[in-house]
Amino acid sequence: MAEDILRLEKVCKAYNVGQPTETEVLHDIDLEVDRGEFVALIGPSGSGKSTLLNIVGLLDRPTSGRLTIKGQDTAVLGDTELTHLRGHTIGFIFQSHLLISAFTAKENVMMPLLVDRGFPSPEIEAQASRLLDQVGLAKFANHLVSNMSGGQQQRVAVARALAMNPDLVLADEPTGNLDTKSAEAVFGLMREVNRAVGTSFLLVTHNLDLARRCDRIIEVVDGRIQPDGAPLRS
Amino acid sequence: MNRWLPFEWIAAVRFLREGRLQTLFIIGGIAIGVGVIVFMSAMLAGLEANFIKRVLTSQPQIQLLTPDQVARPLRNDHGVIEDAIVQRPSQRVISIDQWPKIRNQMQAMPEITAVSPTISGSALAIRGDASRAVTLSGIEPESYFTIVRVPDYIAAGEPRLTSDDIIIGIELAKDLGAVVGDKLNVQAASGANRVLTVTGLVDLGNKGVNQRAAYVALRTAQSLLGMVGGVTTIDITVQDIYAAEDIAQRIQAANLVKADSWIKTNAQFFTAVRAQETSNTLIRVFVGLSVAFGIAAVLIVSVIQRSKEIGILRAMGTSRGQIMRLFLLQGGLLGFIGSLFGAAMGAGALIYWHAVQRQADGSELFPLILERRLFLITAVLATVTGLLAATAPALRAARLDPVVAIRG
Repeated sequence: MAEDILRLEKVCKAYNVGQPTETEVLHDIDLEVDRGEFVALIGPSGSGKSTLLNIVGLLDRPTSGRLTIKGQDTAVLGDTELTHLRGHTIGFIFQSHLLISAFTAKENVMMPLLVDRGFPSPEIEAQASRLLDQVGLAKFANHLVSNMSGGQQQRVAVARALAMNPDLVLADEPTGNLDTKSAEAVFGLMREVNRAVGTSFLLVTHNLDLARRCDRIIEVVDGRIQPDGAPLRS
Repeated sequence: MNRWLPFEWIAAVRFLREGRLQTLFIIGGIAIGVGVIVFMSAMLAGLEANFIKRVLTSQPQIQLLTPDQVARPLRNDHGVIEDAIVQRPSQRVISIDQWPKIRNQMQAMPEITAVSPTISGSALAIRGDASRAVTLSGIEPESYFTIVRVPDYIAAGEPRLTSDDIIIGIELAKDLGAVVGDKLNVQAASGANRVLTVTGLVDLGNKGVNQRAAYVALRTAQSLLGMVGGVTTIDITVQDIYAAEDIAQRIQAANLVKADSWIKTNAQFFTAVRAQETSNTLIRVFVGLSVAFGIAAVLIVSVIQRSKEIGILRAMGTSRGQIMRLFLLQGGLLGFIGSLFGAAMGAGALIYWHAVQRQADGSELFPLILERRLFLITAVLATVTGLLAATAPALRAARLDPVVAIRG
């Protein structure tokens, strides 16, 4: 039986709880992602995909329900423990790459390691160089990210997400701002890492072609996960 | 990346470098503020030191005098009626009782560095048809010159005082038309007179004093003033000039003398210094506040501009403490770098001002005092101000909700 990295049981998320404007955006979400699985998360805008991703990424807490990551119940963790678990277990890739403009490509990739270890070291630099080589940007290592193209920046973001060897990478429309060729390159890169290293991916996308090439598709509509086998909305 | 620097330092320096224009402007603002503080503090210290030097080398730090003579009314005994008004008696010039014993006691006190008995009284200096009233001071040159640096103020001639010599103020010399080597007839109120040779002209920096000053040997003055073997004052210098008043009070309590310290006799000067120090402190506080607000404003803008980056840093595992330190460091660095430039600016302005501003006689207006302590204190204070100013922006950055920050 495959080991699950991520498990959500009856997870709900509501805003303005107890007030007249209370809004529930996620309802009774049950979801499992196994180690090495590449899962696409699709759904119309406003369906709750990003909220779900924030909860899974430990950036937000569910109103009710249970979220476990690598078997660890996150409800009992304080802010510091959540930050530590997030840093060591989860990598993030965002639609707008969100690289730090004051640093070079290599330094951006080093950043999660630097935050964790405190000081730069030859090992950290070697790890960043290896990842940049993996995403095909070895020769841009010392370029400021602000001088790179959108596709290159997103590949740097992929390398950064992989820096801590996370068990799970959450990618929020990582190809949304890219042209077809760059989008294909970034997706290919993620799939390659998934197959080679066994990192699990939860990919939010509006691109159904890309979604179909994932191991599994989960559709969220109005804050609920559609039953398996439901037809894909185009 | 410098391998010796932790993450927070690396990020703080990069953020400051990236916002180059903002950083340059705020460092300029801090430097001007620090420069003003350094300039004002150093100039005030110089002016104060100059004044103290002048005061303390042209007058004794403690002067022992005969106590005031008071009229003692009759006791209100049975059958005796006391007058309602007791008139103050005229103050005769008399010698300090047992002055050699008091002098020896003073010389034995560890906090006292020099003791010199003097006698002073009024006399008339006559040369030809011209005559002027003078304050005749009889001194022992060896000990007196260590207290009042008469040789430093000699404008002509030499500081020599044998029993037939006299050193007079330059204004008095002008009034009498006398030069070095001339003879003066000095006549006391009692009628005793003596012909003395002018050996030196002295400029004590005050016109009134220069019109009356006349120094003669102690024995010469004693015979002229009719007080053979007597002295009217004992002049004293002490190790700690600011302890002079305490020492004076102790001496007065233990001896039958009146003891006046330079602090008491120059009370107006101290009031002026205090007023200047108060205004200087106020200026420092307000300059410090404006610097602090400047740093806080720049860092708050930086937090707003970098909220997405703060969000992603939080997402990748950066703790609230690390984010807080990152912004506190920026404040501290701005304060420290600004203080270095400010100290250089203040010192430069002071050197220029010192060179340009001169007294009427061409001598320096104030001594150039650039103490290392002033620069160290200023740098530390500016850095602490930077850290304190960065507290609010740093707290704001640390409290940012990563979800909201990333969404922008």
